[in-house]
This record gives sequence, C-alpha cells and structure tokens, in this order.
Amino acid sequence: MSTYNFDYLDELEAEAIHILREVAGQFEKPALLFSGGKDSITLVRLAEKAFRPGKFPFPLVHIDTGHNFEETITYRDKMVERIGERLIIGSVQESIDQGKVVEQKGKNASRNALQTITLLDTIAKYEFDACIGGARRDEEKARAKERIFSVRDEFGQWDPKRQRPELWNIYNGKIHKGENVRVFPISNWTELDVWNYIRRENIELPSIYFSHEREVITRNGQLMAASPFLNMDNEDVVFRKQVRFRTVGDMSCTAAVESEATLIDDIISEISESKISERGARMDDKVSEAAMEDRKKGGYF
Amino acid sequence: MNILKFFTAGSVDDGKSTLIGRLLYDTDSILADQLEALQNSNRKNDDGTIDLAILTDGLRAEREQGITIDVAYKYFQTEKRKFIIADTPGHIQYTRNMVTGASTANLAIILVDARNGVVEQTIRHSYLVSLLGIKHIVVCINKMDMVDYSEEVYNSIIDRYKILAQQLKLVDVNYIPVSALKGDNIVQNSERMNWYNGESLLHFLEKVDTDNLDKSQLARMPVQWVIRPQTEELHDYRGYAGRVLSGTFNLNDKITILPSGASSTIEKIEFFDRSPNTAHAGQSVTIHLKDDVDISRGDTIVNASALPQESKLIEVDLCWMDGRALDTSIMYLIQHNSKVTKCKINEILYKIDINTLEKHPADEFKLNDIGRVIIKTADPLAFDLYDDNRSNGSAILIDSRTNLTVGALMFRAAVE
Repeated sequence: MSTYNFDYLDELEAEAIHILREVAGQFEKPALLFSGGKDSITLVRLAEKAFRPGKFPFPLVHIDTGHNFEETITYRDKMVERIGERLIIGSVQESIDQGKVVEQKGKNASRNALQTITLLDTIAKYEFDACIGGARRDEEKARAKERIFSVRDEFGQWDPKRQRPELWNIYNGKIHKGENVRVFPISNWTELDVWNYIRRENIELPSIYFSHEREVITRNGQLMAASPFLNMDNEDVVFRKQVRFRTVGDMSCTAAVESEATLIDDIISEISESKISERGARMDDKVSEAAMEDRKKGGYF
Repeated sequence: MNILKFFTAGSVDDGKSTLIGRLLYDTDSILADQLEALQNSNRKNDDGTIDLAILTDGLRAEREQGITIDVAYKYFQTEKRKFIIADTPGHIQYTRNMVTGASTANLAIILVDARNGVVEQTIRHSYLVSLLGIKHIVVCINKMDMVDYSEEVYNSIIDRYKILAQQLKLVDVNYIPVSALKGDNIVQNSERMNWYNGESLLHFLEKVDTDNLDKSQLARMPVQWVIRPQTEELHDYRGYAGRVLSGTFNLNDKITILPSGASSTIEKIEFFDRSPNTAHAGQSVTIHLKDDVDISRGDTIVNASALPQESKLIEVDLCWMDGRALDTSIMYLIQHNSKVTKCKINEILYKIDINTLEKHPADEFKLNDIGRVIIKTADPLAFDLYDDNRSNGSAILIDSRTNLTVGALMFRAAVE
C-alpha cells in the first residue's frame, strides 16, 4: 500500500466534484447559479476540475438584482471570458418592469426577496431541471437539514418534511416534469474551508472581499455601503470607513464589516477569530428565527 | 488534518442535543450572533443556563415540539481534525433518519442514560450501527451527575453493554462516563470522576484511527461521466470521470469493465492539471485506457485481479423508508452508485424486531421496517458485499411512481 496525503480539503473537493459529475450524468438541462460570491466562484473552480478539458455541461446563470456591487460584475465578465463558458442573466429589473414583482418600499427595502421570482422565471424559461448552488450547511440552521440534492416542486418550494433520505454517496435526482432539483456540492464545507481552499488554489476574488475605504452609513447597527440603491434620508450620516464584505449579495442587504484584512491570510485569521458568523452580516436573515426556512420554502436558493 | 464523520444515536431524553451543543460550545464553535439568538430564546434549563440543545434544532416544527425530526449536519474543528456530525432523531418512528445519518458515518456515539442503563432503545440504536457497518463505537454513559458520578453504576452499565456488543459482533467499542449538561468528560477530563482513567470524548474523537478504504484490494471506480471535448486538438480525447470508491488504481494496471467484462490497461490518470501515477480511494479523477472500449455512465472500472460479485439475484438487508408500504408486485428502480436499473423484490426472508433482535417471517414491509429480502435486478450489478466494501455494497430503491427514495439496501450475498 502506498501512502498519500489526502487532507480534508482534498476530501471536500473530491466529494464536490463527484456531486457535480452526478448532476451532469443525471440531468438533461442543469445550470450553475453564479452570484459572483466566493462560494459560487469556488463552484466554478470545482467544475473546471470535474469537466476539463471538456466544456461544462451547463451554463452559468446569474440572477442580477440590478443592485450589484460594480466590482462583482467586472469580476463576473472577466471570469466568463477566461473560462469560455456560456452566461445567462436573469434580470430582476426586467421582472419589475414587467410588473411581475413590486419593488419594496421603506428604509429596509431590498431586492433580495424579489430574486426568487426572477430565478423561478429563469428556471421555467430555460427549462432547467437542476440548479447548482453554493449554499453550505454551516450557514444557517434550516440549511443544516437540507439535502445535497434538494427537490423543489414546480413552484420552487422546498418542503422540509418531504425530503428524500440521502444515503451513502448515492444521489437520487429523479423528478417529475416541472420539478427541479437544487444541488449543493459544497454543503459540507464551512466558511473557513472555502477560504482555505481559495488560498490553496490561488483563486482570484472580487476586490470587495478585501479591505478598502468606502462611504457607509449605519443601518440597524450594521455598516451598509452608501449607494443610490439604499433608501437614505436626512437621518443617515455618510462617513468613510475601512471595510470589507464577507458575502456578496444585493447592495441593499449586504452589510460590511470593519476590517484591515488586505490579504487572504489576514481574512483567514480574521474569520478564525471572528465572533460574528457570515450570515450575521445579512439583514435578510434577521427578520425572524425561521427567516431562512420560510424563504427556502418559497423557492429561495 | 482529516475529517471524521460521526453520528449520534439517542433521544432528547438522553441529552443527545445537549451533548452536541456541548461539543460545539466547548470547542468555541458557536459564534457570537448564534449565541445571541440562543440567549434570546425562551428555552432555558431549570437552573437558568442556556439550553444547548437549541443549537441543533433547525426546523420550526422541531422547535415547537422540542425534538429533532430530520438529520441535521453540524460542523466543528479542532487543531487536529475537522468533524462532521450527523445529528439524528432517536425515536423508533425516525429509524429511517438514523439509517440515513449512519450511512456516511465512520463512528457512532451511542448515548445511554445512566439512570436507566441499557434499554430497548439502546439495543435498537446498537443494532442499526451494526447493520450499517460502523466500525467504531463510543458508548457515552450520560447524566452521570444524576447518579452521583457513581463508578458502580457506570460499571454495571458497561458490563450489560458488553453482552450486547458481543451479540451484535461490534468490534471497537469504547466507553466514556459523561455529563453533557455539566460538561464532564466532554472536552475536559472531569474532576468529579477521578476513578475514570480514560480520555474525554473530544480527545478520543480527535485521535481515533478510522478506516482507510485505500487498504482495500478492491479497486473500484463507477464511471459517472465521459469527457469528450471533440475539439480539433483534442479529437481523440476520451476520459472516464469518476470517484474511486475503494482501493487504488495505478498506471498500467490491468482493469476490467463491468458489466461488459471487457478488459484494458490504464494509460493515464488525470486530475485537472496533474497526471498522477496512482488514483486512491476517495479521489475524483479521470482515467484513460489503452484500448478503445465502449464505456458509458453506469459502468464500473475494477482491477482485473479482484473482481466484484456479479448477479441479478441478490440477498440484501432492506430498510423501508416510505410511508407507502413495499409492494412486491411492482417494479422499483435500484440505484447502485451511478447505475440505475429496474428491480423487483422476489422474496421476503424475514423482518427483524429491532427492539428485541428477533427475526419474524413477514409478508409486508412498512415505514422503518428492517429485514432480509432477495431482490432481482433487470441488469446484473457489479457489487461487493457490504461488510467487505461499504461503498460498493450499498444501493437505494426508488419508487418510479413518486420518484422517492423508498429503501436502503445493504448487499449480503449473491444468490446462485
């Protein structure tokens, strides 16, 4: 027997590649949901490892809220060009213009919830039967119970009580017409695992993950990037701060954290010591204890 | 650093969620905002301390009822290891969830309430652990604080458990007296049980040596996907992509492709931008063969010197997982790794009463029933026996009317 070094990142990587190849093998029209965040960027690298030198057996799909950080879009377009894969954009602005969804009002208005409709429309339009996403079980309590192959009905709904048992490494992707499956290849990764992997693989990230000076306001005790997408009034005081973002979401719902971390090593030590979990910087989870469970039931990622 | 996957069997009454909560809490794996949510919750222990069990209750229905319904996965790490916990409910109506959680675990923690000792539930959980072939077991005698940390109580429980372990042929069984509520012997060794000379639970978990599938001589790789770029410069490129289930493949190894039985030699092993000489168990790779043979998804590449069993009639242990009972008159689908074929249940040999371990003749299988059946598959399967090779000795049954996963199968023998 030869010895070999197969550490935890290798194991997580091998599992994710296995899952991606199962998607390729089991579905007719899969898609990879690409948000421009570090988790979906990690998925793209894993897909390269799973399918190169072949093409990806799926396009990338970006649900564009129209309230993006500019840096994310720049990154996205550069990356798509580098990997030479197809990008499909589902536009929340278009859904609003078509009257399918109504923009939220008030100070905490965000397009985060509206994305679900655009996502479901995009799935229906292209008849996607599987959507690969970068969600992880360590993010949130409801996610801790979701399967790697998570079946959604034709309304995109997740029913936690009707989940299929998922045994060994066997994934049952059989569905009826109209249903689709959300697939989460990095379910078993933690935030720290993702960062360690990005460091190991030397993966480039959008610049907003690293410390930079930015105009911010304080909203509900959190730092929000000052932007035209945020409903601000006279009470909001804009000031400059050295910050970075731990997740990349809609500008109106993604809070910044104060940080001097300019290098990936700094970020990893910051997270190792951090006392706020990643989704703690997402205002959309704060509404109630069951916020994520409710959104997932409604068709959220 | 590697990963240890373990699962916990026990019910709320045994303090299972408290035990997991304690492991997370004492290893600093709870972050400030989660802790804040915890403190704001109105569930508290009798003495006013935080109810750590809340950390593992994910779904609203579970919070309302104060029980775990589904399998929840939890993660923590120390400097020595990364841990994945499958937290499963312990009541008999959730047997299928336990089987699910146990299917991917290398180690099981079985909780015994020190006040009650080995009870029906302990037998059931231990049986499931033996059924699912989990090699390493830690029996945590919990709630030692409720029995005055008594060594006599502890000894009488482990004496009783040893008889059970023998009966179930459990091999590596370890015993630790703990109080999850008070934190005794979970992370730190307890000063209240000086008579116990063993390790704390966490230290044990950090160092236990889990199975290395690489040691197996049974090199197996189901083909998941054939990579064919069909571009001008890669016109003849044909790579078989899959994950090595067990054993190792080396360059120039003679291999057999099943079910066709064709043989060839490994020409190249690829992993993205590298071309290693060997592919080990657990790795996802791409294999190239010297000969142009017909291979597609669902085929398995195996080493020619250690062939798997091949049969259409297989004796299996079956755990039924669906609300609709087994129907021996219809065809199901069986999924064995990447291979899917039709399947019928030819004969029910017996059902097992998992509380008493008695075998009974049966003509039906309902939710959570476990027993031995003979299946007949449309295409032959290339499998190993579950005890020899878990990953190539297991399969699931799918009801094609609902597409639900309705059964877990563990292969026990090929029927001639």
